[in-house]
Amino acid sequence: MPIHEKSLIRPENLKTHEQLVVDGVDVSGHWSTFIQSRVVTDYNEALQEEIAALPGGEYIHRCWQCGSCTNACTVNAVNPDFNPRYWIYLVRVGMESELLRDKDIIWQCVSCNKCTYACPRDVAPEGVMKALSHWLELKGHTRKSPSMIFDEVFTDQVIERGRIEEGRIIQQFFRRTGQALGQDWLIEMGRRLLRRLPLGLLMRLGLAGVHAPRTRGWARSRAALREYVAQEQSRQRRALGLEDLIEGARRDAAGITHG
Amino acid sequence: MSKSKADKYRKVAYYPGCALEGTGHAYDRSTRQVGKALGLDLVEVPNWNCCGAMEAKNIDPKVQTYLSSRIMSITANKMGMDVVMAPCNGCYHNLKKAEYDLAHDPKSAEVVGQLAGKAGETAYQAGQVESIHALEWIKSAIGEEGLRERIRGGLKGLRVANYYGCMYTRPRHIFPEKDAGPGSESTAKPHFMDDLLAAAGAQNVEFALKTACCGGAHTLSDSDMSTRLVLNILQAAEAAGAEVIATECPTCHSGLEMHQVRAEKRFGKKTQVKIVYFTQLLGIALGLSPRKVGLHENVSDGLAALKRRGAA
Repeated sequence: MPIHEKSLIRPENLKTHEQLVVDGVDVSGHWSTFIQSRVVTDYNEALQEEIAALPGGEYIHRCWQCGSCTNACTVNAVNPDFNPRYWIYLVRVGMESELLRDKDIIWQCVSCNKCTYACPRDVAPEGVMKALSHWLELKGHTRKSPSMIFDEVFTDQVIERGRIEEGRIIQQFFRRTGQALGQDWLIEMGRRLLRRLPLGLLMRLGLAGVHAPRTRGWARSRAALREYVAQEQSRQRRALGLEDLIEGARRDAAGITHG
Repeated sequence: MSKSKADKYRKVAYYPGCALEGTGHAYDRSTRQVGKALGLDLVEVPNWNCCGAMEAKNIDPKVQTYLSSRIMSITANKMGMDVVMAPCNGCYHNLKKAEYDLAHDPKSAEVVGQLAGKAGETAYQAGQVESIHALEWIKSAIGEEGLRERIRGGLKGLRVANYYGCMYTRPRHIFPEKDAGPGSESTAKPHFMDDLLAAAGAQNVEFALKTACCGGAHTLSDSDMSTRLVLNILQAAEAAGAEVIATECPTCHSGLEMHQVRAEKRFGKKTQVKIVYFTQLLGIALGLSPRKVGLHENVSDGLAALKRRGAA
C-alpha cells in the first residue's frame, strides 16, 4: 500500500542546512529542507489478524484508504491527531511501533458512527477503534481507559440484574476512576434540579437507589451471558498470543505454580 | 402515509428502557401523556431488560444483540404484537441493530439462539417485529394533519432547533425504511421532529448540527470532550436564533443539560438556550399542563421560554 504518510515523518529527520552551496548557487536555509530516510524493520505481520480477532475489527481488511472515516470524524474535528484512516493503514501494514505513538488517544472515539455511515467499504471503523482500544489494553500498552471502566461497570450491572440504575453506575464509575462525587458542576446541576422537583419524584428516585430495578427470573440469562463473555474473552486472549485466563485459573486451582 | 400504517401504530408495545426510569423520567411521562391525548395506546413490554445501551457492545457486540432481541421476543411471543416503540435513541438503535444483525449475520443468530435457549426463552427470529422510534410512531399514526386538528393553543411561533443526535440515523444500513422515497425519514437531514413541531405551531430554525454528536458515550469518561461537543451544539442553536433545543433521546437530553452547566462552571461559557423533549413541546401544544409533561423535572428551565411566548 504505497501511500504518502506525512505523519510518518519524524521531526528529528527533517534536516535543514544553514549554509549550503550547490553548483555555485546558495541554497542555505529553510527551503533546502529535506527528509532523511529511515528504515523500519520491526513490522508486526500478525497485527491485522490480531485486530480482526477482536470484536469490531473483523472487516479491517476491506479498507481502501479513501479517508471518508477521518473526514467524517467527530473527534478529528477537535483533535487532528485522531485519525482512524491512518491507524487502519498502520495496522494493515503492521507498523505497530507507529501505532503506539497514538496509544493514549485512540480510546477517545465517541461512537457517533459518522465513519461507519460514510465508509464505502463497510469497514465499520467505529468497531475498529474499539478493537484497537481493546488490543492496546490486552497487550498492556495502556492502562484501562476511563471509557473501558465505564463499559465494564455498566455491563456488569446489566448482566447481574437485567437492568441498570444510573445512580449506582455513576457512583461506581467515580469510585473506580478515583474521582470525587462532589464535582462543582454536578452540585450545580443538582441545585438547579432541586429548585423545582416535587417530593414525590425525589422519593421515587431515592427508592430506586435502595431497591435496584431488576428483571425478574434473570438468573439463567445471567449465567448464560457470564459463560459466553468468559469464553469470548479467553478466545480473544488466545488469538493475541496471551495467556488463557481460564487455563491459568485452573492451574492455580490445581496448585501448580508457574512463572 | 398509508392508512394501514396509521392503524398499525394505533396500539403498539412500549419499551421505555432504563434511562426513562431515571434521568429521562420526564420523557417517559410526556410520551405517555401525549399518546393518551392523541388517543394512541401504549402497552408496556412486561419484565423488560436493558438493551445494552452504548456500553455492552464494547464488552461484546453479541451480548447487546441478545439483550435487545429479548425485548422483541417478548413483544412477538408473549404479547402477540408486531410493533415495539422505543422513545430512547439508544434503545431504538439497538433494537434496529439487533434486527439487522440477526437477519444478515448467521453467527449472531446462532449465538442469540444459544443464549436464549440457556435462559429458557424463545429466541427472537428476524422479521417478527417492527421496531420504531417515538417520532415515527406519532408521525405515522397521527401525522401533521391529525396533529393540527388536535392542537389546543400551540407553540405560538416558539423558535426551535431540532436535535436528533447520532443513533436515530446512523449507521444507515440498519434503517432500511429511511431514505426510501417520499414521506420517508432522511438519514442525512432528518425532519420528522421538525414536521411535527411545525404542525404544533413552532418556528423551526435552520440548524446545521441536527445529527452532530453530543459525546454522550463519553459523557462521564471524557467529560472535557463532551463539554466541547455540547457547547458547539448549544452555540450553533443560539446563533441560529433558537429559544429551545428539542430533543428525542434521554442521553442527548441529559448530556446537553449537564454539559451546559459544566461549560459554564469549567470553561466560563454561558448559553441561554433551553433544552426540552419534543414530547413535552407536543404536550404543551395539545393543551396539557407543564407539570403533566414533566417540565419541572428538567434541569434546564424550558418553562420560562414557553411562558415568554404565551404558550404555557
